[in-house]
Amino acid sequence: MPLIQLDRISKQYPSAADQPVPQVLDGITLNIEQGEFVAIMGPSGSGKSTLMNLIGCLDTPSGGHYHLDGRDVTTLEPDELALVRNQTIGFVFQGFNLLKRISALDNVGLPLLYSNISKSERRSRAAAMLELTGLGRYVHSLPNRMSGGQQQRVAIARALVNQPRLILADEPTGNLDSHTSREIMDIFAKLNREQGITIVLVTHENDIARYAKRLIRIVDGHVVQDQTQVNTE
Amino acid sequence: MNLLSIIYEAWSAMGQNKLRTGLTMLGMIIGVGAVVVMLGIGQGARTTINESIKSMGSNLFIVLSGASTSGGLRMGSGSAPTLTADDGEALAKLDSVNAASPVLPGTVQLSYGANNWSTLTYAVSPNYLVVRDWAVESGQNFTDTEVRGATRVVVLGKTVAKNLFGEEDPVGKTIRIKGSPYQVIGLLTNRGQSLDGRDQDDSALIPISTGQRKLFGGQFPGTVRYILVQAKSAQVMPEAEQEITQMLRIRHRLSEEQENDFTVRNLAAVAQTAATSAQAMSFMLGAIASISLLVGGIGIMNIMLVSVTERTREIGIRMAVGARRRDILLQFLLEALMICLVGGTIGIGIGVGAAWLTSDMSGMTVEITFGAIGMSFLFSFAVGVFFGYYPARRAASLRPVEALRYE
Repeated sequence: MPLIQLDRISKQYPSAADQPVPQVLDGITLNIEQGEFVAIMGPSGSGKSTLMNLIGCLDTPSGGHYHLDGRDVTTLEPDELALVRNQTIGFVFQGFNLLKRISALDNVGLPLLYSNISKSERRSRAAAMLELTGLGRYVHSLPNRMSGGQQQRVAIARALVNQPRLILADEPTGNLDSHTSREIMDIFAKLNREQGITIVLVTHENDIARYAKRLIRIVDGHVVQDQTQVNTE
Repeated sequence: MNLLSIIYEAWSAMGQNKLRTGLTMLGMIIGVGAVVVMLGIGQGARTTINESIKSMGSNLFIVLSGASTSGGLRMGSGSAPTLTADDGEALAKLDSVNAASPVLPGTVQLSYGANNWSTLTYAVSPNYLVVRDWAVESGQNFTDTEVRGATRVVVLGKTVAKNLFGEEDPVGKTIRIKGSPYQVIGLLTNRGQSLDGRDQDDSALIPISTGQRKLFGGQFPGTVRYILVQAKSAQVMPEAEQEITQMLRIRHRLSEEQENDFTVRNLAAVAQTAATSAQAMSFMLGAIASISLLVGGIGIMNIMLVSVTERTREIGIRMAVGARRRDILLQFLLEALMICLVGGTIGIGIGVGAAWLTSDMSGMTVEITFGAIGMSFLFSFAVGVFFGYYPARRAASLRPVEALRYE
């Protein structure tokens, strides 16, 4: 059974009455298996970010069905979706999206806060994740005081802390220089290779997409290319 | 997400913008402080009035003799000599009456050694102290024996005793009233001011018979100015009034068509009016203070709305990692609540201090009850929930994808 199963997913945003409704996603059908490393590419406005939001249960489709791990999530209530995000999905964003006023440790522990895990366990698990992403020394630092690469590592640690099966990364290297980008991508590759975590990545850089084993191209809300690629790294 | 973590989150968010939190809290502090002071002043006024009412005696009637007509001039209530000391005794025996005392007052000069003092002297029966709810502090009250014998004895009020005797103990001493010697047998307890501001301690009591026969003499022997009657309870006041009227009509041999030659006045009604106006005043003060509390609450709502807008992205992040709507709602609600409760507690402290200062500087009775403090605390809680709910609700109903996109 595929981990992600999209069945004729469409999405349009409401617009003014006399305007034609733009179809952002137009009947996308797509399966992603457990353990895959997928890169989604496409020009801006192609709908790739919208697709990511739908896969991440941050948004709901206008039509079609989405089964995540065999469960139809298109019919779930907002609070049920929150639970799915909490338990199954880890997010890494282009702008890092860390809370500025709390320490790296508390940022990483945030998902555990919403799954009723005690403070001491939250702290120890968050510290372990920071260690894993090479930030053992920055436990008590505030995100503002860290470099972009370090902040993105904190974000990855946060995505990993609740042991998700799926990590969604939306342009994770968009704000980073090429050297740091490679370091971040190495972490993703390693997680996929060693822990079998499914990774779906949105990018517009070919260098970054090359890390993935499968490449999907989207133009105007349609899948125009879906191919397995040999890892060149 | 457990409550303790939410409280911690809310607490740390409050510390983020200390000036803003402080100013918002100031609105609550002033509001709650005002409520505490105003309730205190209102309660103090009520207590003062209730004490005056109690010092008058409770469930009282005053029976005045009727009006006389002299040379075409009507002289008003109390001018016709129709009431006697025996009327008083008869009224005391009625079913719904607890006690009664005839009263014959007069202002006379009292002297002791080189000191002299003019005071209102009441010729009364021993029951006068029962009716007035008054007591003897040292020595004793006169009894029926002294009344029967028309003995020259006197019970002094505190003010009179102080003016005649200074620090000396008056009991057992002999003073002169209008030249005749009277033995002081008792000293009354402190009574303070009456409702109309008279010093009640500036008075002396003598047996009714002594007053009638020896001190006041007068035009109409055997009559008294008025009779004070105390009903058994507040409930039987109407029955008591009827019985008094009936009894006096019989005793005065009034036929059906004749009008009453006396007036029965209910003093409880006067007391009721005073108490009602005190209550109205404290209610008004409370209402004024509530307005400042309301303004403080609106300030909180305003700031919370700003805070929700400012932190839209944070809300999005929290939702993305699994916060449910309830978690977000509680976080913001608790933040508003905490501003209110912390502000409320400080406000209570300042209010109590201000109340103390007010009573110290103006001499006004300001009474802070635990009820008032509890109510103020409850008020600030209610303000927090009421004004915090809408912004929190707004935060919780954000859609994660839009909140995350917010710049």
